Amino acid sequence: MTGLRRLVLILTPYSWLIFFFLIPFLIVVKISLSNTALSIPPYTPQLDLAQGWAGVKDFFGNLDFENFSFLASDPLYYTAYLSSLKIALISTFLTLLIGYPIAYGMAQAPDEWRPTLMMLVILPFWTSFLIRIYAWMGILSNEGFLNQFLLWTGIIDTPLTILNTPTAVYIGIVYGYLPFMILPIYSALEKLDGSLIEAAEDLGCSKASAFWLVTLPLSRPGMIAGCFLVFIPALGEFVIPSLLGGTSTLMIGKTLYEEFFSNRDWPVASAVAVVLLLILIIPIILFQKNEERQREANG
Amino acid sequence: MAQPANRPVFAPWDDPKEKPLIRFQNVTKKFGEFTAIDDITLDIFQREFFALLGPSGCGKTTLMRMLAGFETPSKGQILLDGVDQAPIPPNRRATNMMFQSYALFPHLSVWDNIAFGLRRSDMAKDQIPPRVEEMLRLTRLERFAKRKPHQISGGQRQRVALARSLAKAPKLLLLDEPLGALDKKLRQETQFELMDIQETTGTTFVIVTHDQEEAMTVASRVAVMDLGKMIQVDTPDRIYEMPNSVYVADFIGDVNIIEGAVRGQDGEKAQIVWAEGQPPINATTAAPVSAGQKVHFAIRPEKVAIATEKPEGRANVIAGKVHDIAYLGNISTYKVEVAGGKMVKAQVANERRLARRNITWDDEVWLSFTDTAGVVLLN
Repeated sequence: MTGLRRLVLILTPYSWLIFFFLIPFLIVVKISLSNTALSIPPYTPQLDLAQGWAGVKDFFGNLDFENFSFLASDPLYYTAYLSSLKIALISTFLTLLIGYPIAYGMAQAPDEWRPTLMMLVILPFWTSFLIRIYAWMGILSNEGFLNQFLLWTGIIDTPLTILNTPTAVYIGIVYGYLPFMILPIYSALEKLDGSLIEAAEDLGCSKASAFWLVTLPLSRPGMIAGCFLVFIPALGEFVIPSLLGGTSTLMIGKTLYEEFFSNRDWPVASAVAVVLLLILIIPIILFQKNEERQREANG
Repeated sequence: MAQPANRPVFAPWDDPKEKPLIRFQNVTKKFGEFTAIDDITLDIFQREFFALLGPSGCGKTTLMRMLAGFETPSKGQILLDGVDQAPIPPNRRATNMMFQSYALFPHLSVWDNIAFGLRRSDMAKDQIPPRVEEMLRLTRLERFAKRKPHQISGGQRQRVALARSLAKAPKLLLLDEPLGALDKKLRQETQFELMDIQETTGTTFVIVTHDQEEAMTVASRVAVMDLGKMIQVDTPDRIYEMPNSVYVADFIGDVNIIEGAVRGQDGEKAQIVWAEGQPPINATTAAPVSAGQKVHFAIRPEKVAIATEKPEGRANVIAGKVHDIAYLGNISTYKVEVAGGKMVKAQVANERRLARRNITWDDEVWLSFTDTAGVVLLN
């Protein structure tokens, strides 16, 4: 009885992962090894089981790594990867810079304010991500609210070009992913025992050095978690660069989209996706390690 | 405790020429409308082990936090070595504090925790390791130097906290319920360790506790607090034997409080009428009392003798009936009902084994005590 229950309990999440993650991934890998063709679906070979063993042999014989060597040979792709990495890294850093003080302020706020502040951080999730990014187009465009405001105050006399530049992409990513940075840092800071800071001061620290020597190191797991939660989705981000970045921003998510929908080159698009996944595996593993370490430390 | 005649008794508080290390001068602390500390004046001397004792919310922790610099007095002054401490922030004070939660830095090893304060001081870099080693030896933690706080036991953590707060050799060490998180056996052992360390280092200790036994064990003087006021500041034996109020008598240890009225006073001898038809209690009091004045007579249970036959020649003899017996192993407490339904507790050391004792429930017994055994409390 318990044996069966255990089996069901273990099988449920595994079959979820197998059906909704592993099998789709294998399909993508298979497409990335195929050749493009003018057919439906637009690639060959297709597995034809009616021909029996010969069909299977034929199928595997026609798979090759041609698309991957194409990715390596065409500078478009690796510049897109590098540019994505750069944009993801810089915007993660900016998000950390902005998110930490906000999280710190929330953790220092009086107890009765905290749920409200938390609500304010989460509130944007109640509207569609896409709509919020569209809203930024309205804010950042040449005739947008930001330029109108700056012209009205007299700080500038000609409108700033922000939309369709990398700056707009940074603004979009920092805005969109800020809650993912704030929440883990806040949860680390909130758990921090106030008497640790008092102990540091008692032992000769000024307020600043107590922050530097105690608060900051103890919130590091939260900072690391936040950075991964921003970096990982930002690297493959598609909506923000395509809506706010215009043609001037090269990001791999956008390249992938164009390969898939504009060129209808499913095999190359799949190869781009597989490489993106391989790049992301490293930070994902590091993230898991960080979480594990934290669990151990909490004991 | 009898001191050998050639050894001077440590009692700087009795010496008017002695300068106090800490002086509270009419200190009041208010949090909004709430008065946590109410006009306290108090001297604490060098090398003292001073205990602040009281129920939670009596202001003892606030008093200590003011010494550490985490709170400032609303009124009055706190002087350390004659210097007003109000403008000095916690990180520049010659005091260190051991926190109730220990407040060990979880990301630092035991060694680094102890070295933390030294690294922030102007101590030369090469002086730090020997000092840390010394502290590790003092608290018997040498083997755990490399461990993180979550890898050691509660008792060891307590010792790390102590070592860390002592490392900078503060003029004054503040201990906030330092043994609260330990179980009873470990707590008792640690109390003696604390006293040893206090003696070895010669540091002045101020300890906050709500455990009267702990205060009595470790302290050279105990301050009993209630509602932000000092009720009595005295040596443990005087607090126990000569409480100045019903509150102190009742707070420290077990006590019988008998209400009565003074019939007459002859020198230090006074008679207290406590029940109709009963002979008055013969007591001793230095304070002048007037006839008819309402007083409380406090007497500790262990000073009341219990016998099955009426004893001769005792100053006070009261008849009663055994109502209850609490057997605690080493001692037994007899709850005896006397005239007017009043309960009086008598405590007897169990020098004989159980089978040889002859008093049991509902026995008619005689309670007796001398005329100097109890205290007359005027309030």
